[in-house]
Amino acid sequence: MAETSGYNFAYLDEQTKRMIRRALLKAIAVPGYQVPFASREMPMPYGWGTGGIQVTASIVGRDDVLKVIDQGADDTTNAVSIRKFFKRTAGIETTTQTHEATIIQTRHRIPEEDLRADQIMVFQVPIPEPLRFLEPRETETRKMHALEEYGLMHVKLYEDISQHGHIATTYAYPVAVKQRYVMDPSPIPKFDNPKINRSPALMLFGAGREKRIYAVPPFTDVHSLDFEDFPFEIQTWREACALCGATGSFLDEIVTDDAGGRMFVCSDTDFCEKRREAGHAGPALAAEGAV
Amino acid sequence: MSDNHEPLLVVDGLSKRYGAQLGCRNVGFSLWPGEVVGVVGESGSGKTTLLNCISARLTPDDGVVRYRTRLGTLSDIYQMSEPERRMLMRTDWAFVHQNPRDGLRMKVSAGANVGERLMAVGARHYGNIRGAADDWLSKVEIDTGRIDDLPATFSGGMQQRLQIARNLVTGPRLVFMDEPTGGLDVSVQARLLDLMRGLVGELGLAAVIVTHDLAVARLLSHRLMVMWRGEVVEQGLTDQVLDDPQHPYTQLLVSSVLQP
Repeated sequence: MAETSGYNFAYLDEQTKRMIRRALLKAIAVPGYQVPFASREMPMPYGWGTGGIQVTASIVGRDDVLKVIDQGADDTTNAVSIRKFFKRTAGIETTTQTHEATIIQTRHRIPEEDLRADQIMVFQVPIPEPLRFLEPRETETRKMHALEEYGLMHVKLYEDISQHGHIATTYAYPVAVKQRYVMDPSPIPKFDNPKINRSPALMLFGAGREKRIYAVPPFTDVHSLDFEDFPFEIQTWREACALCGATGSFLDEIVTDDAGGRMFVCSDTDFCEKRREAGHAGPALAAEGAV
Repeated sequence: MSDNHEPLLVVDGLSKRYGAQLGCRNVGFSLWPGEVVGVVGESGSGKTTLLNCISARLTPDDGVVRYRTRLGTLSDIYQMSEPERRMLMRTDWAFVHQNPRDGLRMKVSAGANVGERLMAVGARHYGNIRGAADDWLSKVEIDTGRIDDLPATFSGGMQQRLQIARNLVTGPRLVFMDEPTGGLDVSVQARLLDLMRGLVGELGLAAVIVTHDLAVARLLSHRLMVMWRGEVVEQGLTDQVLDDPQHPYTQLLVSSVLQP
């Protein structure tokens, strides 16, 4: 696709990028702290990743290779359109392969493959404030962050255990960054929380509607909140991926018919494809092969 | 308890205006550990303004409020740093609102309501927090089987008792109460008063109780302050003030109550 003329490189004007970069630098300097920024209108609706796309536009260079993930997949509407957007406005190369990418913009997942120090994750964040549903006043939550008053976050976890017998929060699971700020790691499953901890890749979070940017620099301690007698646990599955047979990856449940048929497949499509190319086969593929 | 002879709270020359409206003027008193002071007066006499000013919830225009911290020093609560003050408010102090909905977190269970203060000061063991919540619910006579129920499913009296439990769980030394029995029917009131009197005595709490109900004041408080048009017009031992009122307004107040 040809580069669209009439726009600045990567859509945003240079002053806007400069403003966002300043916010990003501050966010990296104070890990987990939500930095306000003058979020712009983007040519897509709020909730579709306007924050993430602004962050990506501000950091992308001509040599970058962009991968966009939507719920783990590279081929869904959001991922395809954002890739196309940057191809047109920045003329950069895009990819679906994790190891080829230098910038990975994501919604809901962190790739299964280990990230490297030369890669940057950009998260699309709907609600940056982890305390929002417990304390609706923004003035108050800001004060709570400033004074490190995070008891309320545990009230939520307490409530989970008392109602469900275990911590039932499965996504947007709150974390403490570098023993200081409590942060919402965006709606990624808690399965991905350990991947943020001491990750070699830089993690940037952009919330367009809420006009906040925050970050986790490389090799930063990120601790998922828990109780001493109810430690943090990630999800596990009894099944392996039906397509590639992986057992240690995050699985999506897919309903296959209206008679209760279902299969579990890797949510990370790139990871799953690579495994299949390498010759791994899950129960569904093995059965197909037999027929 | 070697410093029982030293006042816990010293209020001096406290004034608060709302523009042209007077909140309270030149109020001064001291409160000793284990002592309960009642503040009575008609609606609009400045009782609640006074309570908010001395509990660090409303900055006064004039005057000082000093509190003896656990370190033994008497410090001006409005000169403290904000983290210190907020820490004090959720550990050493308790505030019981007239309407339990103001003091409770209605969207989380009774157990979480009681546990919140513990978690705020760093408790991170679920079993212990729940144990403490269980213990406090039974102390305020709430069936411990209802620990996981939302406060919205509780009756008014139970909500008020839950609010008290939630406040007392961190072992505060000073309790502020704003019309704690308002809106409750008489039998529930009696039970609540009985409970509060027991707890205050048992835990050696100091308390400031704002009420317009003289019966409540007589039952709970050792000393009484009568407010009228923003000023304290009379203060003294509760029985003395109620049985031998000196100021014309106090006389009016006492004579307006039907003798039970």
